[in-house]
Amino acid sequence: MYTGRSLVVAITIGVIALILLGKLFLIQVTDDSYLRKAERNAIQRVVDHPYRGLVYDRNGSLLVFNDPVFDLMVIPKDFSLKDTTRFCNLFDIEKEYLIENFTAAKNYSWVKPYPLIKQISKEDFAKVQDFLIDYKGLFVMTRSVRSYPRSSAANILGYIGEISGSQLSRDSSRYYVQGDYVGHSGLEAYYENELRGNKGVKYKLVNVRGIEKGAFKNGDLDTLSMPGENLQSTIDLNLQLYGEQLMQGKRGSVVAIEPKTGEILTIISAPTYDPNVLTGAKFGQNYTVLNNDPEKPLFNRPIMATYPPGSIFKIVQSLIGLQEGILTPNSTFPCNKALVNCHNHPTPVNLFGAIRNSCNPYYHQAFRQVINQEVSSNTYTDTQIGLDKWQKAVLKFGLSNRLGVDINGEKGGSIPSSNLYNKIYGKGRWKYSTIYSLSIGQGEMLVTPLQMANLAAIFANKGYFYTPHLIKSINDDPSRIPARFKEKRDSGVEAKHFDLIQDAMVQALSGTATRAIMKDIEIAGKTGTAQNPAGEDHSVFIAFAPKEDPKIAIAVYVENAGWGGRAAASTASLLIERYLTGEVKRPELEEYVLKGDFIY
Amino acid sequence: MRQKDTNLHKIDWVTVGLYFALVFIGWLNIYAAVYDEQNATSIFDFSINSGKQLVWIGTAILLIIIIMVADYRLFHNLSLVLYALFILILFLTPFIGKEINGQRAWFEIGAFRLQPAEFTKFATALALAKIMEGPSFDLSKLKDQMKAVGVICLPIALILLQPDTGTAMVYSAFFIMLYREGMPQRYYVIGLALVGLTILTLAIENNLYLFGSIGAVILILVAMSKKSWQNAISFVFLGCIMAVYALSLDYVVEKLPEHQQNRIMVLFDPDVDPLGVGWNVTQSKIAIGSGGLLGKGYLEGTQTKFDFVPEQHTDFIFCTLGEEFGWAGSFVMIALFVTLLLRLVFLAERQKTRFSRIYGYCVVSLLLFHFTINIAMTIGLFPVVGIPLPFFSYGGSSLWSFTILLFIFIKLDSNRIQILGRSY
Repeated sequence: MYTGRSLVVAITIGVIALILLGKLFLIQVTDDSYLRKAERNAIQRVVDHPYRGLVYDRNGSLLVFNDPVFDLMVIPKDFSLKDTTRFCNLFDIEKEYLIENFTAAKNYSWVKPYPLIKQISKEDFAKVQDFLIDYKGLFVMTRSVRSYPRSSAANILGYIGEISGSQLSRDSSRYYVQGDYVGHSGLEAYYENELRGNKGVKYKLVNVRGIEKGAFKNGDLDTLSMPGENLQSTIDLNLQLYGEQLMQGKRGSVVAIEPKTGEILTIISAPTYDPNVLTGAKFGQNYTVLNNDPEKPLFNRPIMATYPPGSIFKIVQSLIGLQEGILTPNSTFPCNKALVNCHNHPTPVNLFGAIRNSCNPYYHQAFRQVINQEVSSNTYTDTQIGLDKWQKAVLKFGLSNRLGVDINGEKGGSIPSSNLYNKIYGKGRWKYSTIYSLSIGQGEMLVTPLQMANLAAIFANKGYFYTPHLIKSINDDPSRIPARFKEKRDSGVEAKHFDLIQDAMVQALSGTATRAIMKDIEIAGKTGTAQNPAGEDHSVFIAFAPKEDPKIAIAVYVENAGWGGRAAASTASLLIERYLTGEVKRPELEEYVLKGDFIY
Repeated sequence: MRQKDTNLHKIDWVTVGLYFALVFIGWLNIYAAVYDEQNATSIFDFSINSGKQLVWIGTAILLIIIIMVADYRLFHNLSLVLYALFILILFLTPFIGKEINGQRAWFEIGAFRLQPAEFTKFATALALAKIMEGPSFDLSKLKDQMKAVGVICLPIALILLQPDTGTAMVYSAFFIMLYREGMPQRYYVIGLALVGLTILTLAIENNLYLFGSIGAVILILVAMSKKSWQNAISFVFLGCIMAVYALSLDYVVEKLPEHQQNRIMVLFDPDVDPLGVGWNVTQSKIAIGSGGLLGKGYLEGTQTKFDFVPEQHTDFIFCTLGEEFGWAGSFVMIALFVTLLLRLVFLAERQKTRFSRIYGYCVVSLLLFHFTINIAMTIGLFPVVGIPLPFFSYGGSSLWSFTILLFIFIKLDSNRIQILGRSY
């Protein structure tokens, strides 16, 4: 009976087997997504962080290095405390902090290590090292933080910090992950790719609880980390330190450039801060303090602050006049104080005398000739044509555009063209009398201290400059610095016009900045006083020395310091002495600068 | 002495060979599942499960010898006594058993734990064979149907009290044997239709589509039933019943506790509760799926070895095989099982008594059910229910009970000629 049904049973067995084998074929052979999921499950990428490159000054002194810090890791499963108070005292932490972090560790994982106390300094670690053996479930992971042995040049070196979300999304190479440290400002940011090195990766097998179970494929796929490349900066650490000392208690900038190369010797933003405070465990706390400081120590004045250049701009005016053939060494104008205010000096003056005495009416009249060349019978049109031609010439001095220094955040300042005045007053409704302030470096004109120092370099070089930069070599190879720093840039003024200018600048010191004069080194300089409607005028001084073979071009800008001859010229003179002779033999001038109380 | 020689000669060595092949492969896989590269121990180490399984295998062989030397009449004569005994034990288990994972399904004897429900299977098989062997027993009669179903349902009810849904479900396997013995086909048609409709109801979220497809089926049936209006009306009536069933199933599923709901829904969407119920299925599929065509190699699997798959040496032992031996290994293993099952069908059909044949089909039914459900569950074709893979899964109760189940039949088969010469 029913023997036929045995066949049905047999067929059912076969059909079931086929269904199972079919489904198995689908997930095992045709679909490889399971393989990838399995790898994601069991293979853990462990990143080996490289040492970040070091930074040296131009003479090989260390500016930035890596300091080991220690993360105290806890494995909650193995950790227990008999005497919480003793532990907290030992590690100098609050009980609440311990409880909070240990709870976070337990929530993260019962068996995986979690940082209980982050970034213990090596001094603090030395104190607790011997006691660690008393506690189970604790071990130490070494990391490194940046350290600055001389606490100097904070604004140039910049700082590193955890990568931000927007930086992550911009990282097309997908090198970074959340929690990575990157340079956020200064050289750290600009040369991030060189400094960071390359991460190594180890592939480890882990079980479902994240516990390591050996190397994947015997470590054949693992890579070692490559340490970052060292940088040599153009900075002269001694000069930088001396300058920072001189600028203490002042608000302003110092920029010194080697004219023949465009290498920045010193770049100071005052007030500054100790770069060591923006490292390690206290970064966030200290950053907030600095960021809220009304004196804005994080504001990198030499490249970010823009001011009217004042009288130092008269040299640019002279050069453009000479180059255009409007002025000659013999061009003479009376010191007509009805046009614009001046101080007492012999009148009339020729070009040499105008620079030496910084004569305002001279430039009022000379600039009118530069602007109104009578190419058009309409005064308004003529002024517009003249201004635009002049503006093009000024731009060649590296003004109104970023110079291209190798730190982020540089401002370009501005030199007005006719567009600006057309916007303000309307086309054909302004003429020379509207814009004459430009003749003496005032009015709608803004320049950064870096650009001012670069002007000094142009005057020193008789007409050319190299883009000011902070990098001298990468991994001891000078040829690896960006090619644009080796391109000569021309000011558009022939060298022959500079002789008179340089002589006049040497003489100018005895007129407006006698304190800056040195016995055995010929300094060429020019003071400026930028009017400040909000308070004391800003004091500005540019110079280069020695005149015959310039080794240093410098700009010093001291806010609210009054007349340019006082604070700025003295500071510049001391820095020149220090750089050229290696020492300072004018203690009374040094004392004058150090004691001068200009802001606080 | 002579009789024994004859017996050995008549033992079906093909089945015995298949049994040992499966047990051996299972044992290797248990070792792979617990293998720890960094703390490698021998497969014979008694502190790990492969070593313990070896003890179970050794004792299973002792059981085999006892069964083979026993008088074949014993199983026939004691069948109802055994059934009564195990029903009693099952009844007592919830009161004296040890609670593990919320179930009181275990007896603890020293270091070993035994699960009575496992052994009730062969006792039930013997009891069924016994009550159905008479020539007057006719499954087309309601009274006899009730008898058979009663024998099956008694242990189901007791096991549900533990509660162990998976093991209870196994007893429904006996309906395969009942089919062979003449249970009316219409029950199976209705049963399969219900299963199909259930799957459709759960798989199709939108009731509109579900009712649309039911309507379409009914329309086709009506169109085909040219004969009479009566047929057409009964088909429409059938459609209404289907719709009501679907609606009430939806309602019942929604009333289920969430973890049971998830167990069902995870079949259709593995992302339902991926860290809870979905975890087992997802990880199990990852382990098997990552094996590829030829597998990662013995002891090279990462998913099972590193504990990503829960219950990897017991209910999910197939993952280890799928991962380390790939589709080729799965094919060989399934081929061995299918060969065993077909061999058993063949053996059952050649029995001279109804008792032996019914018992043989019970063995086929139980093995087929376990094998199908267990593998289907590991590859996401069936909800996760805790039933072992016969001969493979780690555990003494399971190995012993399947060994006893199978070898009683091999014993009966080896004596089939003598049985013919007897009348009960």
